[in-house]
Amino acid sequence: MKVGAVNSLICLGIESTADNLGVGIATPDGTILANEISTHVPAEGGIHPREAARHHAAEIGNTLTSALKAAGIRGRDIGIVAFSQGPGLGPCLRTGATAARALATYLRVPLVGVNHCIAHIEIGRLATGAADPLTLYVSGGNSLVAGFESGRYRVFGETIDIAVGNCLDTFAREAKLPYPGGPAVEQLALKGNQLIPLPYTVKGMDLSFSGLLTAALEALRSGRWRLEDVCFSLQEVAYAMLGEVTERALAHTRKAELLLTGGVAANKRLRSVIGSIADEHGAKQSFVPLRYATDNGAMIAWTGVLAYSNGVRTPVETSYIDSHWRLDQVEVPWRR
Amino acid sequence: MEALKLIAKGAEADLWLDPDWNGVRTMLKKRGKKGYRHPEIDREIRRQRTIHEAEIMHRAKASGVPTPIIYQVDPEGATIVMQFVEGARVRDIVDDLDAEARADLFRLIGVQSGRLHGGGIVHGDLTTSNMIRAGKAVVFIDFGLGEVSSDAEKRGVDLHLMRRMLTSTHFRHAEEFFAAFEDGYRSAMGDEAEEALCRMEEIERRGRYVERENGLDGDG
Repeated sequence: MKVGAVNSLICLGIESTADNLGVGIATPDGTILANEISTHVPAEGGIHPREAARHHAAEIGNTLTSALKAAGIRGRDIGIVAFSQGPGLGPCLRTGATAARALATYLRVPLVGVNHCIAHIEIGRLATGAADPLTLYVSGGNSLVAGFESGRYRVFGETIDIAVGNCLDTFAREAKLPYPGGPAVEQLALKGNQLIPLPYTVKGMDLSFSGLLTAALEALRSGRWRLEDVCFSLQEVAYAMLGEVTERALAHTRKAELLLTGGVAANKRLRSVIGSIADEHGAKQSFVPLRYATDNGAMIAWTGVLAYSNGVRTPVETSYIDSHWRLDQVEVPWRR
Repeated sequence: MEALKLIAKGAEADLWLDPDWNGVRTMLKKRGKKGYRHPEIDREIRRQRTIHEAEIMHRAKASGVPTPIIYQVDPEGATIVMQFVEGARVRDIVDDLDAEARADLFRLIGVQSGRLHGGGIVHGDLTTSNMIRAGKAVVFIDFGLGEVSSDAEKRGVDLHLMRRMLTSTHFRHAEEFFAAFEDGYRSAMGDEAEEALCRMEEIERRGRYVERENGLDGDG
């Protein structure tokens, strides 16, 4: 075990919940020294967990090396190893966890398991300076609205079936749009203008995207509509739904800041929806920068720093992944 | 005539007090336009919810659930004129009640939710923000997301929304609240309660990270 003040420890974080393998390096003062990402692009179809895991296993060595190189440090300069412990795809999580355990054991440094969803919120706060935001976190695997309250992030609303990113990606794949699907739908939507009736499903502060996906695919296959208009309508309905639950949660929690984070945060239309809601309610709006929007290692490294500095340790022997780990199950001692 | 007074600016609607609407003290609920969504989506949502809300509030009374009296509905203007209910939102008072009063209140909320479901109605936003404690009664409001349905899935969503509200907002007593709620719900719903409660559990498992294509996973 290294000797030294807690605040001198550099943290290396490994992210591997889905198709991205990420290695990031963060210092205790919140400087991101490296953020290397290697993405598994499926030959066809959606993410196959085992194929993605094989990609991660094959690429972890190179990605670690490039992260250390980018940071200008050596392995022995690492004081903490953090990894994404869940939620996510089992085989992918296990690959990252195995690498993290091996690295921590080899370097004889402590291991810290990090909740992937919390990491998305924390990197958003770090990068934008938001102090206590209501957060809309939207990606391929998650769509939820959360805010901090009494020691934990509380979930005020979330999807009850598929995530919005999954909805967009699946649609894009069926429409034979190039990978990655979300940006391709966004580009086509810019050329659309006719609103096709599609189901809008909000339940309290929860959402459902599966009916929307099915109806959008039917509209696509019917041949009655231009693809641009289907993309336009799919986006308009999906983002109106996200806007509504975000607005409800904002009114409910009365938070003064609104943060948009996760892979779908890159979408300009969604940003304008969120910005407009923030303006209306006098809340300060923040958007996670693009390099930290997608799944990345920097967010794991930074959350690892926060957790470690507040006494969180994950012994190697009990460092099992949890593919269904909810963010509202996690104590957040670094916030008061 | 006295002027309207804005009493609450909600996420979805503004509430105005009219102290003298044709001689009655009323509340005007107006669903305002939302600039962030497409005008066609916006118009349809505001129109449909206004109609739904009025219809379902009326139906709820026949199931034995108190709701405000409705005086006037304007779907195109997205406004409803209704009785002004004197009382406090359950959300704002519940954490200050003693243990016995809390249990009684949540049991009553459970009973009324069961009556609603038993009467073929789902609320669509069943939370403590949408209930007013008025004397000994609990008046249910905000039926804009409501539906006429006896579908177990929709009942399960209602129950899930109630539990979600408890764990996110009333987390100090969430389990106690839900136990009292469930007790009341079962007593009003009888044999049909079990299916709805099971569906709620299933919905909660489902939302916890849906595996993508060929979802293979396990623990360890």
